[in-house]
This record gives sequence, C-alpha cells and structure tokens, in this order.
Amino acid sequence: MTKLAEIVLNGLALGSVYALIALGFVVIFKASGVINFAHASLLLLGGFTVAKLHDDLGFTLALLVAVVVTAAVAGLVEMVFIRGLGRTEVHTLTILTIGVDILLTTELTRRIGSDVLSLGDPWRAGVRDWNGVHIADARIACVVVAVVLIGTFFAAFRFTAWGLSMRAAAEDREAAALMGVRLGRVQLIAWCVAGALAAVAAVFLAAFPSAGLDRSTGQIALAAFPAAILGGMDSAAGALLGSLLVGLTSALTAGYQSDLSWLGANLGDVAPYVVMLLVLIWRPTGLLGSRERARV
Amino acid sequence: MEPGALLVEGLEVVYGRSVRALRGVSLDVPGNGVVAVLGANGAGKSTLLRAVSGTLSLHRGTIAGGSIRYDGARLGGRDPAAIVRAGVVQVPEGRRVFAHLTVAENLRAGTLGRRGRAAGIRAEHDRVLDLFPVLAERREQRAGLLSGGEQQMLAIGRALMAAPRLLLLDEPSLGLAPRMVGRIAGVIREIAARGTAVLLVEQNATIALDLAEKAYVLDVGEVRLAGASADLARTDEVRRLYLGEPVESEGTPAPVRTAPRRALGRWTG
Repeated sequence: MTKLAEIVLNGLALGSVYALIALGFVVIFKASGVINFAHASLLLLGGFTVAKLHDDLGFTLALLVAVVVTAAVAGLVEMVFIRGLGRTEVHTLTILTIGVDILLTTELTRRIGSDVLSLGDPWRAGVRDWNGVHIADARIACVVVAVVLIGTFFAAFRFTAWGLSMRAAAEDREAAALMGVRLGRVQLIAWCVAGALAAVAAVFLAAFPSAGLDRSTGQIALAAFPAAILGGMDSAAGALLGSLLVGLTSALTAGYQSDLSWLGANLGDVAPYVVMLLVLIWRPTGLLGSRERARV
Repeated sequence: MEPGALLVEGLEVVYGRSVRALRGVSLDVPGNGVVAVLGANGAGKSTLLRAVSGTLSLHRGTIAGGSIRYDGARLGGRDPAAIVRAGVVQVPEGRRVFAHLTVAENLRAGTLGRRGRAAGIRAEHDRVLDLFPVLAERREQRAGLLSGGEQQMLAIGRALMAAPRLLLLDEPSLGLAPRMVGRIAGVIREIAARGTAVLLVEQNATIALDLAEKAYVLDVGEVRLAGASADLARTDEVRRLYLGEPVESEGTPAPVRTAPRRALGRWTG
C-alpha cells in the first residue's frame, strides 16, 4: 500500500512537470498552428542557464534569469522564423522548429559535454516520511509550483484580454483580426509563456531524485509530447489531463517494473506512447481536443 | 473632406501575383447614413471590404494601386488593429462568431481592439444589449448554439462593442429566414439612426436599396453603376439583374455611369 501511495505521488509530481511542458506545446499550437519541436532544446537552455548562474546569483535569482532568457529565446524563434516566414505553410514551419532544435541542442550539448550539472536547488536530496510513505522534497515543491503556475495560466487564459485574444484567434484568426486583436503580439506572448514554463520544468526534471542536468534532459520533454497529443493538442485542460495520465502511467510501469519484466526493461519510457496510441484509437482528436481539427 | 468619411479612390487589388479582383474602384461613404454596395458573387464586394479593414493579407491579397482614406488619414497598408482603432470595424461575411466562446465572451472580444477602458465599454455593452435583448438572455451560452439570426445579431453586437464610427457589413442577410432578414434590416436602420455610418455589402438588392441613401453596383471588379438608391432601383439593369423584375419599358433615367464596362477583363500576369 505504501508502495502504491509512493508511486502515485511520484506519478502526480512527474505529471505536473509534464503539464508545464505540455501546456507550452498547446499554447504555441493554438497561437501559431505549429507543433514546436524546439521545445526540448528550450527546456535544456533554461536548465543550463540555472546551472551556470546559481553559484553567483543564488538559486532563486538564477531561476528568474533563466525564465527570462528562455522566454526571450522562444520569442526570438517566433519573431525570426515563425512570424518572419508567416506566409509559409504551418507544416513547413513545424519542420523548421526541428532544425532550430538541432542547432540549439548541439550548441548546448557542446557546452555541457558529458557533465552532470547541479542546479543548486534548495531541496537537495531531502526526503519526507509520512507514515512510511517516502517522497522527495523536490517532488512536493514541484507539485506546489506546478499547481500555482498552471492555476495562474488558466486564470489568465480565461479572464485576461490576452487569454481572450488567444482563444478568439485560435478559433478564427480573421474574425479576431477584425476585432482589432494584434495576432502577432498574441503569438509572441504565447511563445514567451511556453519558454518560461519550459525553464521551470527543467529545474524539476533535474532535481532529486534525478542526478542533475545533463545533455539528455531535453529529451525527457518528449514524454510531454504524447501528453499534449492525447489531451487534444489544442486544449489546455486536455494537456493537463494528458500529463497526469502520462505521469501516472510512467510511474506505475516503472514502479512495478519487476512484475512486468516479461514486457522487457524500460517499460516506463514506452508506456506514455502506448497510452497515447490507445487513447487516439478510442478518440482520434484526443481527450478534449476540438472535434473539427482540419477543415478542407 | 467631411469628418468621418471614407474615401476610396482608384482602388486596385490583386490576389497572388495575377488575379486582379478590383480595378479602379472609387466610392465614398459619408460620415453618417447607409451606403450600399451591390453585386453578384465574385464581383469583388468582399475584396473591397477586406481592403478597407486591412485583412487582405490573410487572403494573400495586396493593394496594387489607388488609395483608401478615412477621416483624412490613410488606411491602405495599415494593419487591422490600427484600422479598428481608427473607428472602422467590419462584421465578416458568414457571421464568424467564436463558436466555442460564450455570448458574453464574444461581446468582450469586440472590445479587444479598443484603447478606452471600463466606463465606455459598459455603456457600449448596455447599448448592444438594448439593441439585441436576446443576447442578454443567452449570455452564458456558447455562441455556436445560437440560431443563424442570433449569431448574426451577436456578430453585429460584437462589432458594435468596438464603438465603430463606420461599420462595414458583409452580407448580413445571407442564409437567414425572411423574417430575420427584416429584423436585421431594422437593426441596421437603428444603428445608422444612432449616428454610426454603415457600408452595407449585399446581394439582396431589395433590402440594400431600401436601407441605403446611396448605392454602388460592382461587377467583375469595377463600379458599374452609382447613384442615389431610389434612382438605381428604377434602372433596368438593377431591376433585371438584382431585383428580379421583368423589364417592360425603356428610357428610364440613367444614373451616372462611372466606368464603361469592358467585355472581357484583361489578365495581367
């Protein structure tokens, strides 16, 4: 029972990190119609910035700088590639983000090398014990921060002028433009928000029980990809739901690995994709995605 | 130039590299009242409105010549948000309400292009609900669940929330039941009476000529006829082509013929 409780709590923590990443995918997709494959490298950039700066600035300030830097780079990608080539097909732009990802990841990998970088987070390796249920401090912090950020995000999405502009533009760009919505600015903010969330996610991906940030940390962001897809790609609530589902699935399959050994090792890595496929067979537009994905 | 007037001169619009949708279109809309633009499908009516509202680029169109001036300032080449702030707001063809947003959110979306804050917006909100009481009843419903007529009201109400001085209406009667068409016509008259100028683009010439003081007939991208609505309604061409009446007599007074019609448009490639 304690094992199950631990696994579920870990799954929720993992799910909330994925949610930070998946929301980034969704918000960019809604604003630009582009699936941002450069998200993994942006996340790595955020983590790398914290790793480099925390000795001099302290963790909090380093994280703040990392959030700003990552948001700015994401905004730059939008301004240079996405808006600059605005007349191009979104498919082309999506492929372009793969190119951006490769460039940015290569440069960061060169700098990181084979090191495992500490981010200097205040939770270190602390573990809490509740009646025999052990959970890392970092994971608790992760859930708390994610809930606050995601709550803020949803409130902004629902109540602010930007959120309304975003939802209106996602539904009908031309009608939104006719209402005086500045599509370029809405899109730029969306990319910056996604970048900022990715930087925060990087911290928790590298925190205990992970050893730290290494060059492959960005790839973990890819696990948030099935989360966004099975949630419906254009639904923020769907991304949240999908992330929790993926987090729990990963944690459960990894936790009961020994009982599932007949399925082979590393099942935890594969499980999110299996869940994604099963959900998509059941609901082709994802759990909460719009029914009408492409109009002909 | 009269304050709040829209002046279009020699407007040329091209889609892509070669499709010329408007050739030398000139028209003017005074600062109040209703002006109608008639024309069949493909005559260039929507293109004209897109050029004025700055949304041509979303359709790969560009202004290749001529000018659009509103209230003395150039509109051509400015982005849609700037044009909305200048006071020119368009209700798109086919209503295009935000189907997944509630009625209240749709109305709020109409204020996104405004600079002015709370007080002005609340006054506008009251005016819109006064004009369309049904929208108040459906506040929390998703716009996609409204009937066609209600959606048209919402689309007009949403545009009014931007406090336009000139309202551009693209085929507001399209696809509506006859009774609803009558109601929308009443609403347009009411909007004009409250001091907002209206540029009405319509295929339904009966309604358009009834509402407008002045009308233009577009055909294959050119202004073919222009004049007072009453005069236009008497011409053979309009009666035959747009009002569906048989023409028995000749010699009705011809209104101003602004441009001789070429038999075949030149394809500029």
